[in-house]
Amino acid sequence: MQALYAQLLVGLINGSFYALLSLGLAVIFGMLNIINFAHGALYMMGAFVAYFLLNNDYLSIGYWPALIIAPIVVGIFGMILERTMLQWLTGLDHLYGLLLTFGLALIIQGVFQNYFGSSGLPYAIPDQLKGGMNLGFMFLPIYRGWVVVFSLVVCLATWFLIEKTQLGAYLRAATENPTLVRAFGINVPRMITLTYGLGVGLAALAGVLSAPINQVRPLMGADLIIVVFAVVVIGGMGSIMGSIITGFALGVIEGLTKYFYPEASNTVVFVLMVLVLLVKPTGLTGRAA
Amino acid sequence: MTALTDDTLPVTARAMRDEMIVFVFVALALAAVPFTGIYPFFVMQALCFALLACAFNLLIGYGGLLSFGHAMFLGTAGYCSAHALKVWALPPELGILAGVAAAFVLSIVTGYISIRRQGIYFSMITLALSQLLYFIYLQAPFTHGEDGIQGIPQGHLFGIFDLSKPTVLYYVVLVGFLAGFLLIYRIINSPFGEVLKSIRENEQRAISLGYRTDQYKLLAFILSGTLAGFAGSLKVFVAQNASLTDVHWSMSGEVVLMTLVGGLGTIFGPVVGAFVIIAMQQYLASYGQWVTVIQGAIFVICVLTFRRGVVGEIAHYFRRSL
Repeated sequence: MQALYAQLLVGLINGSFYALLSLGLAVIFGMLNIINFAHGALYMMGAFVAYFLLNNDYLSIGYWPALIIAPIVVGIFGMILERTMLQWLTGLDHLYGLLLTFGLALIIQGVFQNYFGSSGLPYAIPDQLKGGMNLGFMFLPIYRGWVVVFSLVVCLATWFLIEKTQLGAYLRAATENPTLVRAFGINVPRMITLTYGLGVGLAALAGVLSAPINQVRPLMGADLIIVVFAVVVIGGMGSIMGSIITGFALGVIEGLTKYFYPEASNTVVFVLMVLVLLVKPTGLTGRAA
Repeated sequence: MTALTDDTLPVTARAMRDEMIVFVFVALALAAVPFTGIYPFFVMQALCFALLACAFNLLIGYGGLLSFGHAMFLGTAGYCSAHALKVWALPPELGILAGVAAAFVLSIVTGYISIRRQGIYFSMITLALSQLLYFIYLQAPFTHGEDGIQGIPQGHLFGIFDLSKPTVLYYVVLVGFLAGFLLIYRIINSPFGEVLKSIRENEQRAISLGYRTDQYKLLAFILSGTLAGFAGSLKVFVAQNASLTDVHWSMSGEVVLMTLVGGLGTIFGPVVGAFVIIAMQQYLASYGQWVTVIQGAIFVICVLTFRRGVVGEIAHYFRRSL
């Protein structure tokens, strides 16, 4: 049973990353009408920023500040990308956004691979979160528990921001009808830029969280983003809460598969995607697209 | 839905005559390659990718469907052909048939699943499906995992043509490419192709005119996937191996890049794009990962400033469809 709980925990952690990433994808798609292929690369950048902050001799900034600094740095980088490139795609077919961000992902990952190779760089767990707790039925490494709880809090905070606040109301309105919202005197282009920064920042945050668990690698986001795409197809991008729930649920299912049938753990999300498409083509929570 | 290409020109007798003249020149130039001292292996490899890109272009350029998983057909056909040739010791023609048949079956299944969603979802689904196959091939015993299937015998095509001779192999690959290219050209200019273009431009309207667009899209997907598989089978004879590289998402990305560089929805664009990208990889091979960076940069530049591609720009300048 210990092994089952351990795999469930791994599943929950992966689920946190799926949720954070698919949430960002959904928010970005809503405002920019772009599927951000660079999301995995920016997730990786988040982990690398944390790594630099810690290992630079002049800075040696630890995990806790990195948790805030890395998403901001990557978010600003993302906003620069949006201002200089993505904004010119308005009005073009969706697929150009996919192609452009795919190109950006290749550039970012290629540059990091050139300087750091493909092997993983270790990132230590912060002192406060070292060790573990015995819960009676299983041994819980504190850091892993922290990742799950913190991700869940961030996801819910994002949901609250978008669904329950004034700013979120503007955002949702601009998603529905940007021209009309603009006519009311709201600076929609600036909101689009900030939205991209927010979505990308969430990806970078996931990157920092994963650094102590999965090591820091230039290609850490390359395969992950494809799984997240499958998650997005399953859940649909119409609902924020839908993205969160689907992300966590698929992580748990993946964890269970690792325990019961490890050979299929890589593929189970894709197989589920196929099944969902056959049964309910619009996705579990999505609107028809 | 905004149109992919802003200048869709009508198919006229004159346009088709121009296209056939260009085709004959291209075919003659390619047929002359063994006499020029150009490294035939490079051209053969480029021809295989050119056919793959043409097959991909049938879907995106004429059906408006961006498949981000075309490597799955290339790789599947490659593995099946390689297995048939090496383990079952089948002659080359049956080896090719095995690969094409596998790609045909795969395209029926994946097409049925992926055309259930439109636009951007279609791209994500094809990408996810090809990643699913990648993991299956990674674990399946017959693909030999990371090593791939190596040392594939080339044999005698129809018992006559010795494919281990580079010149013979070159002409076989060239004939295969030209046949595939003409088939795609025929499809594009058939009534079926016209309906496909109308779906690309405005699917709702095509439905309201009474077309069962899903069936058209599925057929286009099957044709595209099967032809991509044919390219994969030919490639086995050129490279003499079948490996995981051919199924990886980065290969799907390269096919997209070739077509984008040459010109989406142009007839000769994918061919030009394939030669450009393969040549670039050859010349820059010593720069390691910088090739990836350059490819990414080409993507960005093409999307931002050069959406018509090389052939598309030429065609636009001369007001011709090419």
